Amino acid sequence: MKAAVVTFPGSNCDRDLAEAFTLAGFAVSRVWHKDTSLPEGTDVVGIPGGFSFGDYLRCGAIAARSPIAAAVQAHAARGGYVLGVCNGFQVLTEMRLLPGALMRNAGLKFICNRQTLRVATTASAFTNGYKPAQDIVLPIAHHDGNFTIDDDGLTRLSGEDRIAFTYRDNPNGSAADIAGVLSQNRRVLGMMPHPERAVAPLHGGTDGAGLFHSLMGGMALA
Amino acid sequence: MKARVTVMLKSGVLDVQGEAVRHALGTLGFSGVSGVRQGKVIELELAETDKAAAEASLRSMCEKLLANTVIESYRTEIL
Repeated sequence: MKAAVVTFPGSNCDRDLAEAFTLAGFAVSRVWHKDTSLPEGTDVVGIPGGFSFGDYLRCGAIAARSPIAAAVQAHAARGGYVLGVCNGFQVLTEMRLLPGALMRNAGLKFICNRQTLRVATTASAFTNGYKPAQDIVLPIAHHDGNFTIDDDGLTRLSGEDRIAFTYRDNPNGSAADIAGVLSQNRRVLGMMPHPERAVAPLHGGTDGAGLFHSLMGGMALA
Repeated sequence: MKARVTVMLKSGVLDVQGEAVRHALGTLGFSGVSGVRQGKVIELELAETDKAAAEASLRSMCEKLLANTVIESYRTEIL
């Protein structure tokens, strides 16, 4: 299984994300934002955390229009898997691959903490390695993680079982405590918490490893 | 031709930064401020000389990049 991790100017979790994919058994390539295509046979694209383009204009806005964006959108349209973490989640909403938007945290502060999440659905290749309603602990580190969506959009997300993770103790004001959401075909996941920062004992936790192993297992079966 | 784009959060979208500004104004003694909405002003220098074409181009820029129409509305002006 092949993963491609995109780096934008200002990405800072790209190596961590690549490492997490590698630890789960993926062959990982690194892709620069000015590239116009993904490596042949890419199964999953990782959009990492960080501050792409300095968060200028809006978080993720410029990254979502960079040269590699069209290739990522085409990959998703073909039914390819995409994982966006933190700034990567913001990029995916700006690309309109995921609904809603990430706004400034309700408390206006940058939050860097460990956060307990509930796995809200196991019906996805990203989450099927977790137990239903399992609580996991992942780091969060963001200023703009306040997931905002209109009422119809929220009803749709919840009706279609597309809320992947929820916060147990909502840190940022997100609608319905949402920490991560899936696309309609369940192959694009965006989440503010950092699973790639919890894949080895030295990280202080390994609850994120399940996501990468789920993906590896699910894709091997598909 | 000079143009100005004003981007604001849609009404109904909670503006937490605007609220913080409103509180700060209250702290400074400006007690009559019942609401603050914060947005962006973007000034552009356009090569286009036709006003209608410039306006159409500005709208396209807003839809594609300058505004996130999920949460923001925009207004364009030719100066």
